Amino acid sequence: MGQAPIIEARQVTKVYTMGDQKVHALRGIDLEIAPGEFTAIMGPSGSGKSTLMNLIGALDQPTSGDMRIEGHSLSTMRPDDLADLRNRTLGFVFQQFNLLPRANALQNVKLPLRYARHEHIDADARARECLELVGLGERMDHRPAQLSGGQQQRVAIARALAGKPHIILADEPTGALDTKTSADIMELLVSLNASGITIILVTHEPEVAEFAQRQIHFRDGLIESDERRAS
Amino acid sequence: MKFSVAIASAIEALFANLLRSFLTMLGIIIGVASVMTMMAMGEGAKARIDEQISALGASTLTLRPGSMRRGGRSMGAGAATPFTEADLDALAALPYAGAVSGQLNSSVTAVSGQTNWSTSLTGTDDAYFEIHDWHPVEGRIFTPREVRTGAAVAVIGKSIVENLFDGTDPLGQRIRVNNVPVSVIGVLEEKGQSSFGSDRDDVIIIPLTTARNRIIGAHRTTPKNVSRIEVMVADGYDLKEAQNELVEYMRDRRHIKAGGDDDFMVFNIADFVRARSATQATMGVLLAFMAAVALFVGGVGVMNIMLVSVTERTREIGLRMALGARGSDIMVQFLAEALVLCGTGGLIGVTLGFAGSWIAAKTGGWEMAISPQITLISLGAAVVVGLFFGYFPARRAARLNPIDALRYE
Repeated sequence: MGQAPIIEARQVTKVYTMGDQKVHALRGIDLEIAPGEFTAIMGPSGSGKSTLMNLIGALDQPTSGDMRIEGHSLSTMRPDDLADLRNRTLGFVFQQFNLLPRANALQNVKLPLRYARHEHIDADARARECLELVGLGERMDHRPAQLSGGQQQRVAIARALAGKPHIILADEPTGALDTKTSADIMELLVSLNASGITIILVTHEPEVAEFAQRQIHFRDGLIESDERRAS
Repeated sequence: MKFSVAIASAIEALFANLLRSFLTMLGIIIGVASVMTMMAMGEGAKARIDEQISALGASTLTLRPGSMRRGGRSMGAGAATPFTEADLDALAALPYAGAVSGQLNSSVTAVSGQTNWSTSLTGTDDAYFEIHDWHPVEGRIFTPREVRTGAAVAVIGKSIVENLFDGTDPLGQRIRVNNVPVSVIGVLEEKGQSSFGSDRDDVIIIPLTTARNRIIGAHRTTPKNVSRIEVMVADGYDLKEAQNELVEYMRDRRHIKAGGDDDFMVFNIADFVRARSATQATMGVLLAFMAAVALFVGGVGVMNIMLVSVTERTREIGLRMALGARGSDIMVQFLAEALVLCGTGGLIGVTLGFAGSWIAAKTGGWEMAISPQITLISLGAAVVVGLFFGYFPARRAARLNPIDALRYE
């Protein structure tokens, strides 16, 4: 372990209270992810992988234990700091794309830059650059409804890239796409990873997980296996 | 997020659902329009009162026979002994009386050639024109000598010229007033409507003696009677003090015992007009209340639709939070939408308020005065309503949990 981990979980638990019932979503996870890794998180639903994604995404707080992103412990951060962390460090890609239907591709990609506080970026230029990168330079003024599913997911990836994140979190990014398009999207993620971005992918499809260097399997709130593929 | 960006995207959101936005704004539009109309009315009424007071003479005291209602039972006006020309002379000698005029009034039928016209007749003296600050635009008013001798001359208002002479030059023409011929020697400048809505130019003014001796007839027990006296208080005397002294003086002249009720009334025009305008003020308060209610209801409408909008866009809010929006960013976004809704409604309302005030002034006889302050206050009211009723939905949006919001279906 030459490098400090970009994501670090120490004895992280998460308990949800549903009525008078307690659901243990995570039962004490230890995990380190190094910068530049491409990790796939797998497991059946209810295994705790989504909960971990929410924690890595700084959208939630652990019940106990310490969760660190780039060395910052989530539990010590105020909500505004968490928002800024999401804005600057993280990029989200969702299964259902989550694009604003009334806005065109360019406006969608510019959205996170609206909330960027500390840098002075030319939002327009940056958004165009990102759309070129994902191969949608010709369709910047198209609305989501005028784009195919694969194209919409490319817009979403461009949006995730706009803030120059260090980590991209992709939650079932191919779940709504056909096999051919899925492969294209995964190749795009691989090329982004090659440029140095840490990628964390949640999926239940083994063939999608094959694109990652490291596969972590979850079961019942614990890590079942953690395998690195020799590349 | 910059505020200007928030406003721009709020305007976008407003246009995305134009019909809904308009319906939401309707309450604000009505509220602001009525606030504006109400204030314009109030200002107009005030301006009108000031104008009337100065036109009627702020320093004029009017005396009429009859009892003031003071406690117990009151006698009807006119039941008491009328004033006389002797009273006029006595009053004129008082130090605080600048000018004194006596009047007799009656409804008459005036005939000129083939045309006849029902109008009102005022028999008075030359001081009347001074006290009322009313001057001829053509010809002249009658002289003290004509008043004394009971000359058959008349000074007429603009409406008489129009109705009896069809606009042709009336000077030197004859009018038969209740079959008594008088010749027109002057035409008075136009005064317009009174606050009662009557036409002040629809009047024939002739010497007091002429009116009494030849048209109206004298009082059966009091010859040389006068039904009304106006006293213009001389410069340098306080109106209220003069009024009190005048009451004492007249009680003395009319032999009223100490403790007895006055059998005459003295009032000053300013009090009279203010009492009249109290009706308008009440109307104004009522309108203000209605305007406030309309704005409140409009605000509730805005809040309602903002809550719907927050619910509909829960996923969008979750997404924005995931992309790095702070709670305050979400708050600003929804407050901006409420503000744009209410601000736009306010602008439309102000426009309608202008139109409404103008129409009310033209058709209803209401006096209207729209000032920049009124416009600003009306718009300000809309903005305040927007902020007030937008706050709760905006706060609800800002406090959403991003995970729940993202998963919301």
